[in-house]
Amino acid sequence: MYRYDTYDHRFLAERVAQFRDQTRRFLSGELSEDEFRPLRLQNGLYIQKYAPMLRIAIPYGLLSSTQLRKLAHIGRKYDRGYGHFTTRQNVQFNWPRLEDVPDILAELASVEMHAIQTSGNCIRNITTDHFAGVAGDEIVDPRPYCELLRQWSTFHPEFAYLPRKFKIAVCGSQTDRAATQVHDIGVHALKDASGEVGFRVLVGGGLGRTPMIGHVIREFLPRQEILNYLDAILRVYNRFGRRDNKHKARIKILVKEMTPEIFARQVESEWERIKGGPATVPDAEIARLAEFYVPPPYEALSGADAAFRAALADNRGFGNWVRQNVFPHKVPSYAAVTVSLKKTGVPPGDATSDQLDALADLADAYSFGGVRVAHEQNLIFADVKQAALLALWGELKALGFATPNIGLLTDVICCPGGDFCSLANAKSIPIAEAIQRRFDDLDYLHDLGPLAVNISGCMNACGHHHVGNIGILGVDKNGQEWYQVSIGGEQGAQAALGRVIGPSFAAAAIPEVVAGLIEVYVERRHEDEQFSDTVHRLGIEPFRQRVYAPAH
Amino acid sequence: MPRLIKDGAIVEDRWTLVRETGPGTLPAELPLIVPLASWNAQRDALRARGEVGVWLPPEADWEPLASDLARLPLIAVDFPQFSDGRGYSTGRLLREKYRFGGELRAIGDVLRDQLFYLRQCGFNAFAVRADRDLEDALRGLADFSDSYQASAATPLPLFRRRLAAPQSRASPAREARR
Repeated sequence: MYRYDTYDHRFLAERVAQFRDQTRRFLSGELSEDEFRPLRLQNGLYIQKYAPMLRIAIPYGLLSSTQLRKLAHIGRKYDRGYGHFTTRQNVQFNWPRLEDVPDILAELASVEMHAIQTSGNCIRNITTDHFAGVAGDEIVDPRPYCELLRQWSTFHPEFAYLPRKFKIAVCGSQTDRAATQVHDIGVHALKDASGEVGFRVLVGGGLGRTPMIGHVIREFLPRQEILNYLDAILRVYNRFGRRDNKHKARIKILVKEMTPEIFARQVESEWERIKGGPATVPDAEIARLAEFYVPPPYEALSGADAAFRAALADNRGFGNWVRQNVFPHKVPSYAAVTVSLKKTGVPPGDATSDQLDALADLADAYSFGGVRVAHEQNLIFADVKQAALLALWGELKALGFATPNIGLLTDVICCPGGDFCSLANAKSIPIAEAIQRRFDDLDYLHDLGPLAVNISGCMNACGHHHVGNIGILGVDKNGQEWYQVSIGGEQGAQAALGRVIGPSFAAAAIPEVVAGLIEVYVERRHEDEQFSDTVHRLGIEPFRQRVYAPAH
Repeated sequence: MPRLIKDGAIVEDRWTLVRETGPGTLPAELPLIVPLASWNAQRDALRARGEVGVWLPPEADWEPLASDLARLPLIAVDFPQFSDGRGYSTGRLLREKYRFGGELRAIGDVLRDQLFYLRQCGFNAFAVRADRDLEDALRGLADFSDSYQASAATPLPLFRRRLAAPQSRASPAREARR
């Protein structure tokens, strides 16, 4: 992964000093709450329901074991011994003291980490495919470009006070595992007919209050022009995006109001002016960044490991886990393993400091010291020898991280919700748990196949409920917590937004509502049809009728 | 006489800022910074008076006048709230697209913690909010020693300078690469 040089280290040290002084001035009353707010947000610090919340950036989801140990240490020393991985490949601590945050940032800086621009109306953490560099369907490894964008977006002087937050996702595979169509900008790395790497650029996707799928505004952008082009998009948005209404300030609203065609024309005209200018990226820089992502020293192993095959045949639990949690690797004798943070009874995405330390050790032992964060709130060991899978499974089981449910109904994507977040209308974690408890039969889950249940505690949609096959949104009804259910959402290359099935439900009803939806699917599905396929074929009516039918 | 930060130092401000766009007579003494609307209404007369600058509100559609504005000795950009970032793009466009070479001044809710980015975007004068200490604000310009991006104040992005000076740049350590 990328290693900081003297420049990167210096910037980070300067940032920590800057924020330390800003915190001091806030605590002494020199800075007002309103003046401090954007400054602390751009360092990841929220003032939450019970305590501050610090969101730490994990640039494009890559962590070293050293960094993971540092997170464990921070959880232990400054928090309550656990952290929460988010849907944007970041990690959050829910109980730090405001006064301690500069020290936490200094600790992070010592391992090349930070909380820069993890919140606020600026360019947020760049996210990507958690299988980048190892997926068999990869066309271009997105990581060097993600690092290029990380540096470009970090402390970008022109775009620190945008109308609203700004999220960019990059993918380089046929399967979009980075939800690029529901980002402010989606970047698809690809190759043209002559094999030259470039980008397809999408603009104006997003979830939140007004969910939208992004529009392609350029089919092929030469790779050297990416920063010029992004500057052009951001400049049009910064100048003309709405600032009169927070709920209409995202770029998707501007693109919609202008129409994608006119928006694209403005971007292209600005790009025309700055094309080939100083921010044009020389291939030498791309090559320099690519050096950080050369493959690790894989052992040359031939074919499938015999012991691995035998274990698959003999051990049903191991077989289930391999089937569900192990992803094929472009190097045939290796595999990518998803560490499930979705054990029933544990808030989705949470891990304790002791668990993080244990995972760091496993990363060193099994995966060249690397860990990744998936936007589905799980962790990944991307480079595990097939012959070591059985041993790793044993270790993960002992830690409670081997629930064989990746992609299944119980792999719930879930925001922290009303238990922690001051924006939430309703709790989300107990809903996730109630669903997980209702569906505890693994065979049944496997029979259902891939099924994404996504839960958000409010309109801001951190739990990506719009793109869940079943989406659940917490709403406030006369001061009470209710839940609106939508179906048919989809992430990935076929991204689609779910449709609300009808009036909202009380929390206690949700497991049976989900069960009713699934019954309809099971009864009516065609062979090879996944849940959303059935919804798209039948429409929502049969599902609606089932869950709103009067009780007999 | 009020003071402001200009070219990295605290100096006396000779200019009178006229905030109101009403029909009243503009002050007789020069130099003056007048609203864009006044400039549009009385351009020839104002130009004849000599040292006159213009200030732009963030929503102004100023680009059609840019070649004219770029010949002024001073352009001020208003920040009604420091969190309204439109002026940063205005600054870069004036400097980089229209080659404005005069004084580019930030006015309004101008505070220490925004000065570094403002300077990167081409501002060289900062009329810091009157209730704030200028000495303190001046420190904001030194928050960072460099930046990753190309901008009005740093014409070459860091990656170009890194390529030119390879000794200071990172090389991937084998044990950490992935």
